[in-house]
Parts: sequence; structure tokens; C-alpha cells
Amino acid sequence: MAYYRSHVLVCVDPECLAKGAHGMLDALQDELVAQGLIDEVQVLETSRLGKCADGPEMMVYPEGVHYVGLTVDDIPFLVEEHFIKGRPVQKYQTPVVKVTDEELGPPKPKEVRVVLRNCGKIDPENIEDYIAEDGYSALAKVLAEMTPEQLIDEITRSGLRGRGGAGFPAGRKWALCRAVADSPKFITCNADEGDPGAFMNRRVLEGDPHSVIEGMILCAYAIGASYGYIYCRAEYPIAVRTLNIAIQQARGMGLLGEDILGSGFSFDMEVRQGAGAFVCGEETALIASIEGKRGEPRPRPPFPAVKGLWGKPTNNNNVETFANIPQIILNGAAWYASMGTEKSKGTKTFAIAGDVNHTGLIEVPLGITLREVIYDVAGGIKDNKGFKAVQIGGPMGGFLAGKHIDLGVDYESLNSAGAMMGSGGFVVMDDETCMVDMARFFMEFTQDESCGKCVPCRVGTRRVLEILQKICAGKGTPEDLAILEGLCPEIQRNSLCGLGQGATNPVVSSLKHFRDEYEAHIYEKRCPAKVCRDLIRYEIVAAPCTGCTVCARNCPVEAISGERRKAHTINLDTCVRCGICLQVCNFNAIIVTS
Amino acid sequence: MTRPQIEASPNDPVMAPEKRAVMDQIISANRSRPGAMMVILNELQSQIGFVSEPMQAYVAQELHVPLGAVHGVVTFYSFFTTQPRGKHTVKFCMGTACYVGGTPQLIEKAKQLLNIDVGQTTPDGNITLEVCRCVGACSQAPVVVVDEELNGRTRPNKIPQVLRKCQEHN
Repeated sequence: MAYYRSHVLVCVDPECLAKGAHGMLDALQDELVAQGLIDEVQVLETSRLGKCADGPEMMVYPEGVHYVGLTVDDIPFLVEEHFIKGRPVQKYQTPVVKVTDEELGPPKPKEVRVVLRNCGKIDPENIEDYIAEDGYSALAKVLAEMTPEQLIDEITRSGLRGRGGAGFPAGRKWALCRAVADSPKFITCNADEGDPGAFMNRRVLEGDPHSVIEGMILCAYAIGASYGYIYCRAEYPIAVRTLNIAIQQARGMGLLGEDILGSGFSFDMEVRQGAGAFVCGEETALIASIEGKRGEPRPRPPFPAVKGLWGKPTNNNNVETFANIPQIILNGAAWYASMGTEKSKGTKTFAIAGDVNHTGLIEVPLGITLREVIYDVAGGIKDNKGFKAVQIGGPMGGFLAGKHIDLGVDYESLNSAGAMMGSGGFVVMDDETCMVDMARFFMEFTQDESCGKCVPCRVGTRRVLEILQKICAGKGTPEDLAILEGLCPEIQRNSLCGLGQGATNPVVSSLKHFRDEYEAHIYEKRCPAKVCRDLIRYEIVAAPCTGCTVCARNCPVEAISGERRKAHTINLDTCVRCGICLQVCNFNAIIVTS
Repeated sequence: MTRPQIEASPNDPVMAPEKRAVMDQIISANRSRPGAMMVILNELQSQIGFVSEPMQAYVAQELHVPLGAVHGVVTFYSFFTTQPRGKHTVKFCMGTACYVGGTPQLIEKAKQLLNIDVGQTTPDGNITLEVCRCVGACSQAPVVVVDEELNGRTRPNKIPQVLRKCQEHN
């Protein structure tokens, strides 16, 4: 390895790229070449340094200086001052006091990073960076010292459960697949992270792809598989690219392919890209999609462990499950099992979105309460509004209400409260969210993504959606609630796969915890949160209105009239209640009533 | 077995020699891989921009599978389109965070400015409006994706600017 006196990490995440990170990077390389410094200063492309909002950004080591907001024109000055004269330039540095991170900044209070430990710290496109952080030493240890049975035993004792949502113990799953006497065996990694509001897996794939690859090789060794597929959704082009680079590098180092590390064990893998079908996150649908077919689930049994990809035994795990494996081997099962609750061990990543102060990724020990996540880790509700609900587990998850605020986040507690762990979406809603509208939103999603193979899901979700649309439009009748309560459990019981079985969870849980809102829509024709279009009206309050005409110019249907510098009015007959005027008004002159 | 005949219009990619060469190259490079059909269709979609019915028939013939199998896959996944998209695609993220963050208002505004509906292309073939599934940039909600470029924290009054950029690069 060449010796460099400085390492420059340049963030190439979408937001920084949009702000011209590539141009800045090229200018930096050119300037370093021009100054004859290119052999002394190494420039690396990396992911999220934490200040993309002020990008393009870069980090200079060993000083640890974080520059933001750089342009191509700043580069010559910066190179001269920092790299030639050795004086960090103050004016481009981040203010030290306030760290507003994007997806992932420094660990927040109560965070424990296992899966995310390397994200943002290493160059995902350089395998040596990963190796420097003990990467692939778990693989070396296992191949040299452990039998497949011992490896499975270690994973079982760690208590690791499938991070895709269902929470099946990983060690047991592997043992089942190992016990099947058939070959070849396959491994699939589920990177089809389709839940709206969830992006934990993307972050791991883009920031630390080798941890997933190492986990997969270990799993292959445990069950005796010869080939693996990472099924990644088409919406994540950067993840696909990073993975392909990582696989190539691992292959180049003899970590994939024939006779890995001289152990006699052979395994290789490739990335398969999805094409935009949510249901492909279901394991049998995922297998069908890799086979090149329509991604429709099939009944189980036979389970994929017995008959999976091309009819052969297949073990499918989620990205996060695989990324945990190397750490468990290195630090021991007891270390992993020391985190979490009695039945839910270890840590879990969550993507916090919605109305909290710090949205983004977190990794916390299981068993932490909702209150701790929302108020300690995520910094509380935005604008000091009240907490209304949290939706965990994606569109198949349920809503949890204020009374659940001290509930522990672990598989058992969530299930018993009518929610589920899911893959880790965590959407917080403040008191301006209409729960009927949210239920309708999720139903629209699942209805659209239903593959149509089984009747309960295909027809049932459509009926439920129609009823919810009716209620939101103010045309609901008292019978509708009874119909929903009868229909939802039927869909749940009779659907073929997890999509249909979970589709009605948002409806059932919102009906349980927020029944009063449904009733307000039906009996009073009123939307308490002032969201449902047919039940609200926008008005302009004359006093604060300055007549700036911003609302009138932005109104899509020209429903706003008024003279410049005089109070405007909204014609309620033409108004389509799109809410644009409320968003663009700078004087809080527009109010919503229901 | 007789195959259903699909009439290819003169401007279909299967009729254009250079596009046909691209198709042949994609098919021959991937045909021996297990589960080749998805890989081939993904490549066709990204390199040619759509998978027309004559193209589907061509793939079916080359892979020795029924046309119905190809058509079934193409229509199952939302990433495959059977018609060309506009030169620029403006996608509105409909993930939960973006929806709560105001995607519906952004769509209204864009529809109003372009006078087309979601899923349609402007008459000059320049811009296609689409809604898409969560792009995983929830911390920047609401997000508008123009071609490959992500625009985070977009407000309705930013939409004219976003669309103007597409029109300038026409």
C-alpha cells in the first residue's frame, strides 16, 4: 500500500452530487496533480459525511477537518493553504457547535452501532478500508477454526432474529437449510427494501457493502451453499453499483470464488436487480423474480429451505441480518446476546421519518421504549406539536398511539400491541395527521402492489380501499365501520402471503386506537386533523393578509382573487383544496377549517 | 406451434438496425444465465428506454419461450414500460415521509404547469410525469426525482424552476 500523508474523503451522495461534488472532485484531483501532490494526498469518494445540505463536502484526515460548501473556484486556494502550507482554511469549515446530520451523523444519545458501524467512516468502494476495520477476519476465523455446525450454533446462541420483519431465529433457519440433503444450495439476500419510509438497507449497501457480502459467505459456509444472489430493488442504482464493485474486489482477493482462503470451500455471488414490484420482498416472490418470472408468491410449505430457487434448498435473509453476522463471530454470541431483551437480542436499525426534529437512520438496542426513540434519539416532535401516532413496520405495520409511548420496541411487545417490527420503517405523526387518511394512503399502496394472485388480497384490499375513500370523502355510513371490521380479519386469515395478511393492519389498528376520527368523518362529516379534502375549506384571514399575491399566482385553479396590497379571498366553489396557498403564504394568513 | 403475429411499426426499435444490434448484444450476452429474462428486460428497458410489443415478441423468439411469458413479466413490474417515455422524467416520490411532507401539492402544481396528468408525456415528448415508490431519501422529504437527480425538500413554488431546467435541456 502506498503511503499518503493526507487522505481526503469527498462525499458523493446524491445531494452532494446535485450540488456539484463531481466537478469539485475533478478540480481537486487536477490541482493536486498540478502541484505535484497527487502521490502524497489520496482522494477517495465516500458517502454521507453528514453535511450534505451544505455540500459539496469533504473531510481531510489525519487532521479531521470537515470542509463544506466548496466550489471549483475554491480549490486552488484550499490546496495551497491546506496541503502546501499546512494551514486548515477556517472559512470553509463547518461550524463546530451544531451538527445537523442528514441520514447519519455522529451517534445520537442511546444509539449503539453494530450494523452501521462503518457507514460514513470507510470508503465503500475500497475493500482495504473494510479490511482495516477487521473486515473478513470473521470469515478467516470461521474457515480456519470452526465447522459449519459450530458456526450455526454460535449464531443460534447469539439470539439473532431475521431483520426482514418476521423475526425468525437466524440460526434455526440456517440449521433447517443445512439439514436438507440436496444440492446445489443457494443463498439469497433480500435487498428489496420496498417499504415506504425505510432506507436502512440502502445505507448499509451503499456505505458498507462488504459486511453484507462477508455475512453471506459465512452463511453459505454454514449451510453448504455454492452460489448466492443479492436481489436489490431497481430504485437503488447506487447500491447496485457499489455492490458490484465490492463483489469484484472480493473476488480479486480470493474471498469469493473457488477455494476461498485455501479452505477448499467455494462460493460466488451476483447482484440481481428488481423491476419495481413491492411484493418481491416476500421470499417466494423474490425467488420467482430471480428465476426471471412474474414475482408472485406461492403457498408454503414447501419452504424455500427445502425447495427454493430452481427447486433447490435456498436460504433467504435480509441485508441487515447478514451484516450482523461478522460482528457476532468477532465479538462472540454472548456479546450480541447481552444487548436487547430476553427474546429480542441485539440492535436494530430504524429509519425515522415524519414529524420529528431529527429524521434519519438510527441503530438502537432492542427493547428501547418508543418514548426514548422519539424524544431522546430523534429529538422530539417538530415545532413542539403533540405526539399522535407512530407507524412501525412499513405499510403492513400498525399504528401505535399515545398510550403506547412507553412500549418497548421488540418483536413480542410490538406484536402484542398490534404492530410489527417489519424491516424498520418508523414514521412519527404529529396531531395534524388524519388517521383515516393515513389508513387510506397505506391501503392505496398495498392495493396497488397486490400481485393479484389470490382473491382475498386482490379483491379484499380493493373493497377496503373503496370504503376508506368513501369515508374520507364524507360519504361514509355507520355500516361502513362494521363492514371494515368484518372484512379485515377475513383478508388477514385467507391471504396467501405476508402482503395480504398484513395489508389491513393499518386499518385495524387505526380503527382500534382512533375510532373517534372515523366517527367524526362519518357522523359529523368533519376531518378533525383538517386533512381530508372534501371535508375542509381554506379561507384567508383579512388582517394578516398583505395582498402580496403569492397565493393567487400559485393557485392551480385561479380560485383566489384580490387586488395587490389588499386582502385576498378564496372562491370556495372553484377551490380544489390542494393546500398550495397555505404552503406558500408567508404571513400565516390562510387558515383551514373543517 | 404458431406464434401470434405482432405487426411492428416502421419506427419500432426492432426495425432499426442499430437498435436491433443493441438488442442482439444484450440477448446474446445474457441468454445463458439462469433466470435470463429479467436481466435481459432490465437491460432493454435501461438501454432502449422501453420494451414495445414487437420487442417482447423478439425476446420470446430468441429465448424460445412463449410470448405470454415475456408479456406477463413486462406488465407485472412497474419499471418496464411499453411506450417511450419523454426525454426527461419527473418522478414524485410517494413514500410515506414524502406523502406527509406534501407530495400531493407538488403533483398538483406540476400538472397545472404542464397541463398533463400523471403518467402522461407532454405533447412535445419532452417531459413525462410519474409518481414512484419510496426512493429512500426520506430525510429530505418531499423528494422530486428529475431523471437521476434528486431534489429534496421541494416546495410547490420550486416546481416551475424544476420543470424549467428540463425544458432548457431539451
